[in-house]
Order: sequence, then C-alpha cells, then structure tokens
Amino acid sequence: MIAETGLIALWLAAALALLQFALGAIGLRAERDDYSAAIRPVAVAQGLFVSLSFLLLIWLFLRSDMSVRLVVMNSASVKPLLYKFAGTWGNHEGSMLLWVTVMGLAGAFIALFERSLKKRTLVATLAAQAFISLGFYAFLLVSSNPFERMFPVPADGQGLNPLLQDPGLAFHPPTLYFGYVGLSVAFSFAVGAMITRDVGAAFAKAMRPWVLGAWIFLTLGITAGSYWAYYELGWGGWWFWDPVENASLMPWLAATALLHSVTVLATRDGLRAWTLMLAVVAFSMSMIGTFLVRSGILTSVHAFAVDPERGSFILALLVIYIGGAMALFALRVGTVKEGSRFELISREGALVANNLLLSVILALVFIGTLYPLLVEAVTGEKLSVGPPYFNLATGPLALLLVAVMAAGPLLRWRRDNPKTLLNRISIPILITAAALFALALFTTGMSVLALLGLGLAAGVAVASFAPLWKRNLRRTPLHTYGMIVAHFGIAVALAGMACESSFTEEMLVAAKPGDEIVVNKWRLEFEAIEPVAGPNWTALEGRMTAQYGDGVLHEIKPQNRMFAAAQTQTSEAALLTRWNGQLYVVLGDGDSQGRWQVRVWWKPFVPLIWLGGILVALGGFLAMIGRLRRGYKQRKHMEFAEAML
Amino acid sequence: MKRFLALVILCLSVPIAAQTGLPPAPYADRQLDDPGQEAAARDLMEELRCLKCQSQSIADSNAPMAGDMRSQVRERIAAGETPEAVRSWLIERYGNWVSYDPPIASAITWPLWIAPIILLFAALLLARGRFRKSKGSE
Repeated sequence: MIAETGLIALWLAAALALLQFALGAIGLRAERDDYSAAIRPVAVAQGLFVSLSFLLLIWLFLRSDMSVRLVVMNSASVKPLLYKFAGTWGNHEGSMLLWVTVMGLAGAFIALFERSLKKRTLVATLAAQAFISLGFYAFLLVSSNPFERMFPVPADGQGLNPLLQDPGLAFHPPTLYFGYVGLSVAFSFAVGAMITRDVGAAFAKAMRPWVLGAWIFLTLGITAGSYWAYYELGWGGWWFWDPVENASLMPWLAATALLHSVTVLATRDGLRAWTLMLAVVAFSMSMIGTFLVRSGILTSVHAFAVDPERGSFILALLVIYIGGAMALFALRVGTVKEGSRFELISREGALVANNLLLSVILALVFIGTLYPLLVEAVTGEKLSVGPPYFNLATGPLALLLVAVMAAGPLLRWRRDNPKTLLNRISIPILITAAALFALALFTTGMSVLALLGLGLAAGVAVASFAPLWKRNLRRTPLHTYGMIVAHFGIAVALAGMACESSFTEEMLVAAKPGDEIVVNKWRLEFEAIEPVAGPNWTALEGRMTAQYGDGVLHEIKPQNRMFAAAQTQTSEAALLTRWNGQLYVVLGDGDSQGRWQVRVWWKPFVPLIWLGGILVALGGFLAMIGRLRRGYKQRKHMEFAEAML
Repeated sequence: MKRFLALVILCLSVPIAAQTGLPPAPYADRQLDDPGQEAAARDLMEELRCLKCQSQSIADSNAPMAGDMRSQVRERIAAGETPEAVRSWLIERYGNWVSYDPPIASAITWPLWIAPIILLFAALLLARGRFRKSKGSE
C-alpha cells in the first residue's frame, strides 16, 4: 500500500504541476488575475504532494520492503540504518525523485514567501518552474517509476554499492541536487523576468538569495565529493578532472559567475543581458551535469543507470529546456537594455573580468569533457583528456582570476584610479613577491603553476582582508564579511592545492609485521594484521603505530574490506591529521611470504584544500544571512512608512 | 587438421602461458631506487589511463593490468628512456586513449589546444564593447 500511495501522490503532484503551468500561462496571456491568484496555493500543494511521495519512498527503504524493485536493487536488510536512508537517493529513480521534490519545495517556498517581485513576474516564474518540473515528472512516471513492485518477492536485496556506504557520500548527492535546483529556480526567475520584460535591480535582489543558496550547496557538494574521493578511493588524489567531477564543477563555475554578475545588477542595475545569459547557462550546466552522470554516457562510479532510453529522455528534456530558454533569450535580448555603464578600472570592471575568466574556464572544462565523446561519436576513435590538459589550459586563467579577486573588492563602483588601486594593493603584492622569492630559494622541483599559486595565495590571503582597512568593523555589513571569508577561503584552498602537488612524499613497500617504514619525519611501526568484522563486511586490518619526529605515538588501522552482499573489496585508508599536513596509509594485498603491500603518503597542508572549500561556503552563508536580514529590515521600514501614510 | 593441431598446441600452451603470468610485475608496486627517476616515472604514470578501469590513472589503480603497465614504465625509465619516449611507445600500442595528455600535433586533438586562445580572444572582444571610454584625467 505504501508504494501505491507514493505513486498516487507522485501522479497528483504531476497533475498539480500541469495545472500550475496552465494557470500561469493563461493567467498571463488573458490577464486574468483570479488565475494568477490561484497559482500560489497550487504551487504549495504540488510541493506537499511530491514531498509526501519522497517521504514514502524513504519509508520503504527504511522498512526494507523487498516487494519494491528499487529497494531490492539498491538495499539489503542487513545494512546500517543510515545507508538504508541514504540508499533512497543512491540510485537513479530515487535521485530523480529527490530532484523533483526539492524543486517542488522550492516552488512552494517562492509561492509562500516571495514578496519583493512584481506579481506578473512571480506568476511567470512559478509557471516556468512548473514547466521544468513537468519534464522530470514525465521522466519518473514514464520511464523510471521508483515505486514499481517486484514479483516474486526476493528474500533479500542486492545491497548498495559499497563505495557509496560512507557518511560523506550519503549526503554528497543531495547537497549537489540542492545546488542544481537552486540554479533551476534562478533560471525560472530569469525566464519569468524575460517574459514580463521586468529585468532590473528588484528582480536581481529577488533572484540573488537563490543563486547564493545554490552556490553554497554546490561549493559544499564539490568539497565533500573531493574529500570523499580522496579518502575513500584510496589513491590519495583529490581531483582528477574526471568527467563526473567536471559535471559538478561546471555548474559551480557558472553559478560563481552568476553570483557576481547578479550583484552588479542588484547594486548598479548593470549587466542585465549578461546576467540573464548566465542564469540560462548555469541551469543548462546543471542539466548537462545531470545528463552526463545519469545517462551512463560516461561509464564511471557515478553512472548507476547504463540505459540508453533514460539517456535519450534526459537529452530530450535538455534540448527542450535549454533550446527554449536560448530562443526566449534571443527574442527578448534586444529589448533588454544593458543598464548603467562603467569604466574599465572599476568594481564593475573587475566583476566583468571575473565573469569572462570564469566563462572561459567553464568553456574549456566543457570542451575538454565533451570533446572525447564527440570525437568518438564522429570518428570512432577513443581519446583521453585529463589533468595535463585541464591544468595547463585552465590553471593560468584561474591564477589570473584569483589576482582579479584580490583587486576587485578594493575598487570603487563605476570609476576608479589605477594609481590608488596600486597603492591599496601594494602590501599584498610585496607579500606575493617575498613568498615567490623564498619559495624559489628554498624549494626545488616545484612546477611553475604551483609556485605561482602558492605565492599568489600568500598575497591574496592578506588582500582578502583589505576591504576592512580603516573601516568601522562593527558597522561593516555582514555580507561584506561573507565576501572576505569566501575570498580568503579561495586563497586557503589554493595554498593547499599547490602544497599537495609540490610537496607530497610517497612510499610503497612490501612490509612484514615488525617492519618499520619511514616517510619524511614519520616513523611507522607495522605491528600486526588482524581480521575484523563490521555490520555487513569483513576486513583485514593492519595494526600500526605512527610517530612524527619525537611526537606522540598514534595508532592507525588501515583496512582492506570485503562486502559480502556485493562481492566487492574496498580499502579504508588510515588518515592522521596534523596542523602541517596529513599522513595517509593504505593497506594493499598480501603475498605468499607474509608481506603486505603498504602505501604511505605524507601530504603537507593538504587539508587546507577542503578547509578552504568550507570557508568559501561559510562566506556564502554569512552573505546570505546578511542579505536576508537587510532585505527584511528594508521591507519592515517600507511597511512602517506605508502604515504612517 | 591444421585447426586441430592449433587447438592441441593452444591447449598445451595454456599452462605455460599461465606460468609466465605468475610472477607479478616486479616494479608494479616497487619504487625505483633513484628518486629522480621514480619521480619522472610517477609523473608519467599519473598521466596514463588504466585501460581496464573507469577513469583512473595507472598510478591510482589496483587492476593487475595497471600494475603491469606501472612496472613497464618504471623499467623503461630505469633503462634510461625519456618519459616522452615511453609515452609514445604506449600510444603506439594502445592508441591516444592511453594518454591523458592529448597531443598538440595530431589531426584530431589540436582543436583542444587552440580553444583557450580562441576563447580568450572572444572574451576580450566581448569585453571591449562593455566599457565606457574614460573621459580623460580629472
């Protein structure tokens, strides 16, 4: 019964989405206010029904209801509760349902709380939102019904991919989806504003929290995904320019550009057409990301559904949405004035540079990711595009972008003087120069990119606090602090990346219990190998102690796990974090002479990469609170003024 | 008859083939003694695709074939070959698929390397129209 109820709720939600779209479309065309007024409750009801459907699916997973095909394929009764829960979206159907649920909730939220937007634009936005949701409802109901029953009912399920049984990964996909959906809301706003020709500062202010929210989630999602790949896959790398990673990076790049251009639109009423374009691009990138990951076109850990029918369905949705939005943009861009003008050396100028550099980087990641697919489709020849290409093509641009990031906040709006800028930024430049000099003197074998990156990180870390110079710290708005923390986070992450790529030391040994392994200042004592068992796995565990210099003796236990349900082996690396880096130990296979393959890395300052990512997201969060509070206060003021009149 | 003979030979050869497969590749998980050579080998291994895996370099993969390739790379580098020579040798055997570094001088991959320049140029062109001309100094 639960499954059937879930399916009915899903059908109802889909019908409500259709109604929502029709009400909006007719209401706008026929200028019927009663239609437009009805759209809000419909949006709220749609959100409620789709949430109900999703909650029922979670319930099925928690109960391990083995009469439902999706549960059988992706869960097992002997599995920690957390992973039963996370298993709900650790598969194709569930993740699509999660997507459309978040979208429905976002629509309900807009319907309930959005006050600053013009009424017609709000109606158009909700109609656009419903139109996007409809595609996903159709997709779920036609080709990927999550509530499908299975007969005969099997004794137990097949289990979740062991690599995904990790707390980090349980929450990585939903985080990214929140980001994708946030971008879809921004896109709906852009479509709404284009339809009603209402592109201006008020529209930008209404759209900004959604862009900011999406961007925070994407930042967290990418950071978590990177850390997961780092410690769970056991190869010590944190980014491989894998197509799936790129699929999550591209929306982030677009969202970052959009976040900065929407600020220009909200503050200075400039860059109107550009902001609309970026909103379209950002949503397109999240759709393309979903398509790449979901269609199975890239065969990789993430491609759960290797199914061409689903792939073509998402591709069709992609073409309809992006094609439609581009067409609307092309039709309306002529009527959108670009807004107020500015000079090259100005805050806007720096933000345009930010936008262009991010766009070029985005285009390069896009080309590098899709070019091999294109070549293979046309000529049949397979080729690989990986780190050497992406690092060389995007690295220098990224460094330039970071330099612009340091200078931008120190510039005045509209027009500034290059000499005063140079004055303001002289200390960071000196710090960068000193750092470069010291690095060139005391280190060997650093790549040019890493050297420049580390030098720049030192200067930018200081420069990011420069906007506070001579300001009243208590009266500085919270969103300014947000920007400072986010920019500082970028410098921190950059330093981590440069250090990881330059100073990592690796040691591979075949060791017997009793052996000693030395890496840098670390001394590892390999004591024993012992079998251990978990809830749904067994493992061989290496007992080791590690000591840095004359420091404390730490116990570490790298494992080699076997998952019974899936017949898969994973290695659980042992990590030891110090203030100056991380020790990473992997236990490999044993040989006939009682020796075990042990892989040890010392990675100086590597945690800075993810610490930086978290700081960036925290900065976004501060800015969000600051903006929302200010918007609320302004509205209260206005209401008060109106009441007085 | 020939076929039958071939089959017999094939059957007989199986144990031998299995035996040659037995000793694991010596340098699959053993580093070279010369740290400079090891670093060069390591850098190259990170840019070679594990052909049996899904999007992993041979440096990161546990697959036996990746181990064999690592051993090959280390042995060749230890024998004094340059990393680029080892890479070309592998590309000759497995095609461009094996290398994550698309060559510039290839009929198929050169557009990748032109792209950054064209895009930057396009961005500059786009930016030029945006700015108001400075009204001279104040």
